[in-house]
Amino acid sequence: MADPRKFKIPIGPQHPALKEPESFSVALKGEKIKGLDIRLGYNHRGIEKACEGKTFIQDVYLLERICGICSHSHSTCFVQAVEEIAGLAVPRRALYIRTLVAELERVHSHYLWLGVAGHEIGFDTLLMYTWRDREAIMDVLALLTGNRVNYGINCLGGVRRDIDATQIKEVIKAIDELEERTKYYIEVATQEVTIIERLSGVGILSHEDALRLGAVGPTGRASGVNRDVRRDDAYAAYAELKFDVITDDHCDVYGRTLVRVKELLQSFSIIRQVLKNLPDGPIAVRAPRKIPAGEAFNRYEAPRGEDVHYVKANGTEFPERVKVRAPTLANIRSVKQMLKDRYLADMPIVIAAIDPCFSCTDRLISVKHDNKEKEVMEWQALRSYSIDWYSKRGVDFTELNKKLEEKFKHK
Amino acid sequence: MLRQVLKSILKKPVTIMYPYEKLEMPDKFRGKLKFSPEKCIGCKMCMKDCPTGAITINKIGEKKFEAVIDLDKCIYCAQCVDSCPKKALEATKEVELAQLDKGKLRVIFDAESQKTTEEESKK
Amino acid sequence: MSAIFSILIFPGILFISVAALFAEFLDRRIYARLQNRFGPPWFQPFADFVKLLGKEEVVPKDANAVMFKAMPIFAFASSVCAFLYMPLYRQNSLFPFNGDVIVVLYLLTVPTLAFFIGGWYSTSLYSRIGSVRSLMQLFSYEVPLFIGILSAAVLADTWSLSQLTVFYGEHNWFWLFNLIGFAVCLIALLAKLEKVPFDIPEAETEIVAGSFTEYSGRHFAMLRLTLDVELVVGSSFLAAVFLPFGYSFGPIIGFAIFLLKVLFIIFLLSVARTVVARLRIDQMVNFCWRFLVPLAFIQLLLNLIIKGVIVR
Repeated sequence: MADPRKFKIPIGPQHPALKEPESFSVALKGEKIKGLDIRLGYNHRGIEKACEGKTFIQDVYLLERICGICSHSHSTCFVQAVEEIAGLAVPRRALYIRTLVAELERVHSHYLWLGVAGHEIGFDTLLMYTWRDREAIMDVLALLTGNRVNYGINCLGGVRRDIDATQIKEVIKAIDELEERTKYYIEVATQEVTIIERLSGVGILSHEDALRLGAVGPTGRASGVNRDVRRDDAYAAYAELKFDVITDDHCDVYGRTLVRVKELLQSFSIIRQVLKNLPDGPIAVRAPRKIPAGEAFNRYEAPRGEDVHYVKANGTEFPERVKVRAPTLANIRSVKQMLKDRYLADMPIVIAAIDPCFSCTDRLISVKHDNKEKEVMEWQALRSYSIDWYSKRGVDFTELNKKLEEKFKHK
Repeated sequence: MLRQVLKSILKKPVTIMYPYEKLEMPDKFRGKLKFSPEKCIGCKMCMKDCPTGAITINKIGEKKFEAVIDLDKCIYCAQCVDSCPKKALEATKEVELAQLDKGKLRVIFDAESQKTTEEESKK
Repeated sequence: MSAIFSILIFPGILFISVAALFAEFLDRRIYARLQNRFGPPWFQPFADFVKLLGKEEVVPKDANAVMFKAMPIFAFASSVCAFLYMPLYRQNSLFPFNGDVIVVLYLLTVPTLAFFIGGWYSTSLYSRIGSVRSLMQLFSYEVPLFIGILSAAVLADTWSLSQLTVFYGEHNWFWLFNLIGFAVCLIALLAKLEKVPFDIPEAETEIVAGSFTEYSGRHFAMLRLTLDVELVVGSSFLAAVFLPFGYSFGPIIGFAIFLLKVLFIIFLLSVARTVVARLRIDQMVNFCWRFLVPLAFIQLLLNLIIKGVIVR
């Protein structure tokens, strides 16, 4: 070692700060971070390949197990893609129930995040309190779907379980209680001195960087990126519901915390609307076992950001290709930017602030070089292709596109 | 925060002292499967749809079937319950299925005795 | 014979060890109850200790084995030593002499230094960062702690713990003048014990366990016990200096009152670590020098004035 103050320490693959194996190699000078190497891939489970060997019905359960926390996100995203290929008209009641579970999941995920963030900055009391309150949501989910995690509520063409009046009452009771608690946590997050000291000004991701690095979900929204798939490309019942997309211009971990706790309040309001306007009717249509050939691409606003599934069917019971891009993959690149010249002590909270889910993220792509008929698509071509693809489906990006181009011309 | 914290000293802890106290599972809970041999028609849809291949239906006689369920393979999604056209399968609220002996995780629902028998571990 | 009894049994190694483990239980139980949890059963720290004693011991290949193994014993010995100078049930401690306040303060510094050396010699990167942090922290909290405690001694015009308690026993309500110093020293004690918000040297989510990362088995048990002993010694030291009353009712009631005072301080420490987040090392240094040190100096000034005006 030339300079004894300069050294590299490994954070991970096994480290108390990380709940899943992932390697961050940190170059330190004293307490300051001078460089960061991120290596993904310790949690690769080969789920995409496994999907090809199972039927569509079985895949719903397999994809649900990509993530233990946003399991409903992945299964809904997949189910929606398959329904698009098969051209199934999902009953409205099913869409509302899906939305209900999705928002309950968002509440439980954000509560979980709040606790983890508390733990990472050494505030275990916050962890204990938020997780205690989260139990209410877990119980409600078990009541509605039959399990606390991996709800198994989705099936091709609808949902598997109906809800009745007594359950609605239970949900509303839990929501009322939690809303009270959420207001308290907003108070805690904005008033506790030590929390603010540890969170504000930490992990800064400027608006331009957030756009450039493609940050999604609360990470992007805390940097003023006003994007939310629920509004921009409304799926399930979101088009009929009223809610605000929370953004914040703090651009730091504090901003991300605020976005998340305020999103909780929005979720409560969505849940109330869903329960109030729950339409009558069947909860599922019969789905064919053999899905006709075709491909679909579906976006879903998971608690952590935009989740993307691509499904290609070839007319059999088995999908030909399933591709998953979890939100963490989009956000992980921004971590390096956030940690530039920060203290080592900020590292756990900055990583935690994107709410990483590494096992969702780990995918493997092998590029074969011997393929003669390959088609190379440049970035611009790919973008115009995607804009066309969306405009065919009625989503207009021209406005947004113009804004983006202006922004980068500025730079 | 301080007020909240000091208040909780007087409160009872929320911890539930499992295994001394147990919670009631909700009605829709997906626990251990129950098989009714008299209803089974042997269509094997459950076998086909099971994501993990945890259930096997064997024919043991004329219109008589037994189900072998590997509890360690089962992911408790209850897809088989949905797939069954005759409602021969049912999810119970039983959750405490942990075993030291792996053989006991293989449960056979036999049509002959109409009772659950647990096969001894075989090597 | 009686000296050996006091060193080994009461109030020496055996008593202090049991008391320390019990104090850890109390701390954890109170912490849990404040968080609306149930907390560990009373024998948990004892069970942990016994379990660690039986565990395999691993010394890192590159570590300096002698220093690595000697430091936990060193730390433990010095913290137990400090307890011998506490006035437990009467105004005199076992071996009082003029200047024992200073000796106790330094004996309490030794474990931190031992953690530093042990962590440094274990050659693990996490340990080294933790060691450097604990040393940096030492320089920040030591000054307010010393000034806070010494200002109480200045008022009593003595460097002896026994004389100090005698003085405050005679001037009944004088300990109320030292409340600022008490608060400063409580916070500094939190830093010394490496508890939240000052658990920076062993911040679990950043550097695993700081200086203790490579320790295992008997020596780790010893380090854990040292921290617990420090908790008891530190609390009783603060109790002796800042809450110096209740010795006049005879040894048994005096001892009971002393225990109550220690429990009260442990309770305060537990509450303090429940309601805050861990600070960063730069914030910690800033906090100590910007707030604690000036407050400690105000206390010193106040005591000098009081001494000049009232006591004379």
